[in-house]
Amino acid sequence: MELDFSSQAHYFLALLPEIVLTVFGMIVLVTGVWNKEGEGKAGSESLGAWALVGIVIAAGANGWLYGVTQTGGEGMVVIDRFRLFANWIFLLAGALCVLISLAYITRQRIQAGEVYALMLFAVVGMMVMAGTENLIVLFLGLEVMSISIYALAAINRRDRKSAEAGLKYFLLGAFSTGFFLYGIALTYGATGTTDIEGISQAIRTGSAAGPLLAFGIAFLAIGFGFKVAAVPFHMWTPDVYEGAPAPVTAFMATGVKAAAFLAFLRVFMVAFPQVPDDWFPIFWWLAAITMVAANLIALVQSNVKRMLAYSSIAHGGYLIVGVVAANQMASGAMLFYLLIYTLMNIGAFAVVISVAYQGEDRLQIEDYAGFGWQQPLLGVFLTVFLLSLAGFPGTGGFIGKIFLLQGALDAELWTLAIVLVLATLVSYWYYLRVAWYMWMREASAPDAHASVFTPLSMRVALFGAAGLILFLGIFPSAFGFLDFVQSSVDSLFGAAAAVVQVAP
Amino acid sequence: MLTGLLTEALVVSAFLFVVGTFGVLVRRNAIIMFLCIELQLNAVNLSFVALSRALGIEGQLYVFFVMTVAAAEAAVGLAIIISIFRHYETVNVNNFNLLKW
Repeated sequence: MELDFSSQAHYFLALLPEIVLTVFGMIVLVTGVWNKEGEGKAGSESLGAWALVGIVIAAGANGWLYGVTQTGGEGMVVIDRFRLFANWIFLLAGALCVLISLAYITRQRIQAGEVYALMLFAVVGMMVMAGTENLIVLFLGLEVMSISIYALAAINRRDRKSAEAGLKYFLLGAFSTGFFLYGIALTYGATGTTDIEGISQAIRTGSAAGPLLAFGIAFLAIGFGFKVAAVPFHMWTPDVYEGAPAPVTAFMATGVKAAAFLAFLRVFMVAFPQVPDDWFPIFWWLAAITMVAANLIALVQSNVKRMLAYSSIAHGGYLIVGVVAANQMASGAMLFYLLIYTLMNIGAFAVVISVAYQGEDRLQIEDYAGFGWQQPLLGVFLTVFLLSLAGFPGTGGFIGKIFLLQGALDAELWTLAIVLVLATLVSYWYYLRVAWYMWMREASAPDAHASVFTPLSMRVALFGAAGLILFLGIFPSAFGFLDFVQSSVDSLFGAAAAVVQVAP
Repeated sequence: MLTGLLTEALVVSAFLFVVGTFGVLVRRNAIIMFLCIELQLNAVNLSFVALSRALGIEGQLYVFFVMTVAAAEAAVGLAIIISIFRHYETVNVNNFNLLKW
């Protein structure tokens, strides 16, 4: 089908996945308020099922958009394969998080309608972020996502830690929004437009004001650093990830991070390829410091949730290498890596939730002693996720890292490539330590893990995530998947990038 | 391009932004920190309005987006502050020490 935006309906069709999710979010929200008995198990799980139905229909709409071509019209939202691939990642993160939170929400007696509605709205925000070509719309998407996540982090009102995590995330998130917005204002002042194609054009024709633009890019980079938790701006991450309810943490660590990376990948690859000097050094240092510091701090963590928080910061560092490399190979690798990262991180959090009795009880690493032998299936799953996070050969995490390295080497970033490899080696220690506790330590009691409870929905999520990780780790190019990923970033490296090669 | 009072307006806006930033970093009362964040957003609004004199009407349009978003953020933020006040009976962030900060 062809959309030429001659009629109003075409705008709705172009935004179909977002609209579907918004409608379902509202349905879930209103139904949750309506049925006061929804505090019970059946009520809360049926709301989750509605959210899943919404995600599945949105996925259908997203698949349908592959057959749509866009002609004419300078839209603020584009239909290109980059946006559609990003949508797959967000929908996957949303679906897996709903699946792993069903039992948790019921057990913790959290208002289910609000949680699932906020998750759907956050996914809408992410989709808008990755699908837009305009900085102001990017800002709107960022805020739709962030405000939903602020509320989600504080959603467990009975828990002090949850409230504290919510406040910390809110204050620092809003603070970073200020920087990001100031970056937009300065970029607008320098180039006279907020359209990222237009910005690129203004820079090419030389009508952009240099110093204003440099400041604008620096402020955008600071806002970006906060959202992806790159190291000088990571202070909030461990606290928030530790305090927020575990399914929300899984969602924050994957969906939010993926959205920030994909949105900024588009901004920096399309709008600023001509002025690498303004952002190349910033991101180079962000990547290097993030990889080193996060991995070193993670070594000494004894709380598994906090360890996973530092691990997610470290993965952010690996991904920034892809931004620095700024070539097609590295950008494709980022898409692949974000997909795998979403699967393995949500999977790891799912097992953590299960070990913690669908609550926040047992999160210390000692609590995992002997877990593998008493719950073999969950133990094997967690081992797979940890190995993939560490980047062991045979898992998707390994393939993702190889592609990132390939991109970095193509861009001749020797130092960053070496740091990436060394950081990965360091990370083996803290991932494998959990596995070691699980399989090599005696459990404190013969029935220490007997009441670990894994509902069917969570098992579905675990099987799906582990299966995909292993499949993509062993056959990454099956069904032309790699070509599919690589072709998804074509639109970022169109005419603009061909004119001036980005020389790092 | 930089004509009229544009430069002065941008300098004032940058100054307000810096005041807001310092406020967030220095003050420890959650409400005051939030007010300082609002000051940052309004500094940006001032930039947008000033720039729109030189660059066209879009700048003033963006101000409405920013104000709407700031209002939504205030609603959620104040709700979170109330919810933490119920636990701690204070809004001083130094007292929130279950997590390591």
